[in-house]
Amino acid sequence: MAEKDYFAEHRGQFQWEDGDYTVTRTTVWSGPGCHDGCGVLYYTKDGKLEKVEGDPDCAYNQGTLCMRCLEMPEVVNNPRRPSKPLKRAGERGEDKWDEITWDEAYDIIEAKVREIWRDYAPESIACMIGTGRANCWQIPYMCYSAFGSPNFCLGFLSGESCFQPRSAAMASMSGDFFIADCSQQFESRYDEENTEWRCPELIINWGCNAVESNSDNFYGGWIVDCMQRGSKMITVDPSLTWLASRSEIWLRLRPGTDGALAMAMLNVMIKEDIYDHDFVEKWCYGFDELAERVKEWTPARAAEICWVDEADIVAAARMYAGAKNAAMQWGLPIDQAVMGIPTAQALNALWALTGNIDNPGGNIVIRNAFDQNVSYNYGYNNLPAEVQAKRIGAEYPLMSKAGFSSTAHSDSILQAIETGKPYPIRMLWLTSTNPIANMASDAPRVYRALKTLDFVVVNDLFLTPTAVAFADLFLPAAMSPERDMQRVWWVPLRGMKKVCQYGECKSDDTIVTEIGKRLHPENFPWNNDQEWTDNILRTETPGYDGGYHELVERDIWVYPGFQYYKHEKGLLRADGQPGFSTPSGRIELWNTVFSLWGYDPLPDWAEPSNSPYSSPELYEKYPFVLTTGARHIEFFHSEHRQPELTSRELYPDPCFEMSPKSAADLDIKEGDWCWLENHRGRCRQKLRINPTLDDRVVRADHGWWFPEKDAAEPSLYGVFDSNINNLLPQCENGVTGYGAPYKNQLCKVYKCTEENSKEMPSICVSTKDGYSKAMDESNGDVKVGAIYNG
Amino acid sequence: MAKALMIDYEYCTGCHTCEVACRKSLGLDSGQFGIHILKDGPRQIEGTKKWELNYLPVPTSLCDLCAERSEKGMDASCAHHCPTHCLVVGNVEDLAIEVGKKANRALFVPLA
Repeated sequence: MAEKDYFAEHRGQFQWEDGDYTVTRTTVWSGPGCHDGCGVLYYTKDGKLEKVEGDPDCAYNQGTLCMRCLEMPEVVNNPRRPSKPLKRAGERGEDKWDEITWDEAYDIIEAKVREIWRDYAPESIACMIGTGRANCWQIPYMCYSAFGSPNFCLGFLSGESCFQPRSAAMASMSGDFFIADCSQQFESRYDEENTEWRCPELIINWGCNAVESNSDNFYGGWIVDCMQRGSKMITVDPSLTWLASRSEIWLRLRPGTDGALAMAMLNVMIKEDIYDHDFVEKWCYGFDELAERVKEWTPARAAEICWVDEADIVAAARMYAGAKNAAMQWGLPIDQAVMGIPTAQALNALWALTGNIDNPGGNIVIRNAFDQNVSYNYGYNNLPAEVQAKRIGAEYPLMSKAGFSSTAHSDSILQAIETGKPYPIRMLWLTSTNPIANMASDAPRVYRALKTLDFVVVNDLFLTPTAVAFADLFLPAAMSPERDMQRVWWVPLRGMKKVCQYGECKSDDTIVTEIGKRLHPENFPWNNDQEWTDNILRTETPGYDGGYHELVERDIWVYPGFQYYKHEKGLLRADGQPGFSTPSGRIELWNTVFSLWGYDPLPDWAEPSNSPYSSPELYEKYPFVLTTGARHIEFFHSEHRQPELTSRELYPDPCFEMSPKSAADLDIKEGDWCWLENHRGRCRQKLRINPTLDDRVVRADHGWWFPEKDAAEPSLYGVFDSNINNLLPQCENGVTGYGAPYKNQLCKVYKCTEENSKEMPSICVSTKDGYSKAMDESNGDVKVGAIYNG
Repeated sequence: MAKALMIDYEYCTGCHTCEVACRKSLGLDSGQFGIHILKDGPRQIEGTKKWELNYLPVPTSLCDLCAERSEKGMDASCAHHCPTHCLVVGNVEDLAIEVGKKANRALFVPLA
């Protein structure tokens, strides 16, 4: 007798009953969450989410899940969730609220928007979201098509340094986006018999601890799946990640030196003549110029800069060039450097020089399923050209005009709030972004600036420090299982089915539609979330043959066809000719568009402004290189800090890491609360000894706040106490506007004592105007390190 | 026939999925585990550039090998959800053979 197989019994069903439960097969998208969209089975009882099971039939995650999806009911049913719109009753920061109806909330918003339109202009309204959320198209659409403003961007993310620099570098250099090929574009995974996919001989994990971060629509488990099928690993990371421990070569580089390392690998490949001549001759432009540029980037020079062995750099370059197919999965450290764009150019050049371009098991050209391009620019064309021209940051053509996931420039919006130039920003809309806990690289500066605004709406899952500090109106947001929608990021196209409702929370789609209908009804012809989803699927998703019901109930996820070597087949260019979608038709090692815009057309690297070599006097005072922002599986940025959650049980306190020797030299021990401090400010975190670190490097957590602490100021859920963004600058970007030095700063470390802990950072910032506050008269910027109220 | 849990600890990344999946499946309170991940390392192997770093999920006395799920024709929750597919539940006799086919595997028999 065949054994019972529950999942086989329900294969192909979108919903079924299981005892008291209704089971719904659907997909997830943050928040709460991450950058992936895994297939799940939601178990609901009496309209409440009780359990989440990974869907074994979904090729994306193959039944597996991270702990954050498994604990999702704890987040969805969390008693701290506001269930109604809240109107501020006291002063900003007092945490006094009146519950109001949605209609009252919309009345207030409509009146305020019309007031700004009358007294200023539509562009005086800015809208921001967090990273990788499901609302990456609704909020931009509202900004452009309801408010009439071109000023949409991420929540004060300095230099837009989350995938956007890498996107812009790839698109301008090669005309498309590239991802590491772990067979994720095929529904039949790891299938060398029925697809053309071949397992990468080598995977380079560059600045991305994929198994913890699952970033950029890339599920880290796929790398391990490939390792089990024979892939060898090279890992580039300042700390020994699990993947590094399984790697042939671990390049333990100094934070912020990725570009130097890449330049040296290019140097080795060209000098030793081990690059792919055939590919370079046929498909690359500007090789000679690149060869000339990297000549001076010897491995010896890079070894000195990067703090890695010269022999390891050479070995890594040889191994990469020698592999018959090799994929690179890269991460945020590329973006989070002032030299982010040139570093991304160097890494793109490595793929090209090794011929790992759109080949099986290399870096493949990927587009969104069914050519759906509904993202940060959705609805932008509803704006008149003269309003588009007013986008803040329009002076950065790569960011604002080129159309590569372009947005306004967050740092310039901050400066516009501070100075009123080029024009005032008076209203801010924040959806699922918590800048002072997470994205704002100079959190105290953003705190001060946002206090000056006329009107702030915060729309989020929980009352956050950002909501309490600034919101005049708080709108409670629906979570993933509470929304009917669709989402695409590369592949597959995914549907989401609403299975539960919490209080009066509303989805992003609903809120945007209901506000849009009041302000610009002609741009909002749909009446509900299902109709909007239907509209996108039928008008913006050309290759898909269905609407909302077909996607959510029939298909759930859909994979488009995929072909390798598209450049050879004339599938990339609008004119149908072979080649890449660039002016030269080739991958531009020497970037034509950059040259037209006056940017360096070639990859390069330079020291971060605060480093042992560029600022030796600072280094003397602050003798550790500080890197921040590494992910932990328990959290998605500033999410998952509620004390009821399993996440918080498993990772209760903010932690920083240093080597055993450095800790011993400072006489501090595992678990000691310590101050991390530099010329800009300080914060406190707990020491975790990490024996794999260079003695000169410190790694600190980001995104911490404490929902169990007082909401009202001066506490603000303790948001500044452990906030590493007290030590980081804002508005220090690359020439393109992209990139910011989140991961390459300096600091010192000393143990917390009663004596030195009398004034906690939250009090210093929220009552004494502390940390980096003085304005530089010469350029309107805030003077770095001007104030430190220790 | 007794059932066993086979772990390929070459590929356990220590991600907590099995711990949380198990807890949700058994309805355990916070602080309780039906499977718990132990960690060895990171420790540099003397005279080499290699590092020892291993995670090993160990079933506790609360592990019933997902009896209730098994009854319904579902695999064990830890094995089902593991992002690197490094846990397998099966008959002890089959897994006793399987375990020797690759290095870095461990076999647990939570219930004789």
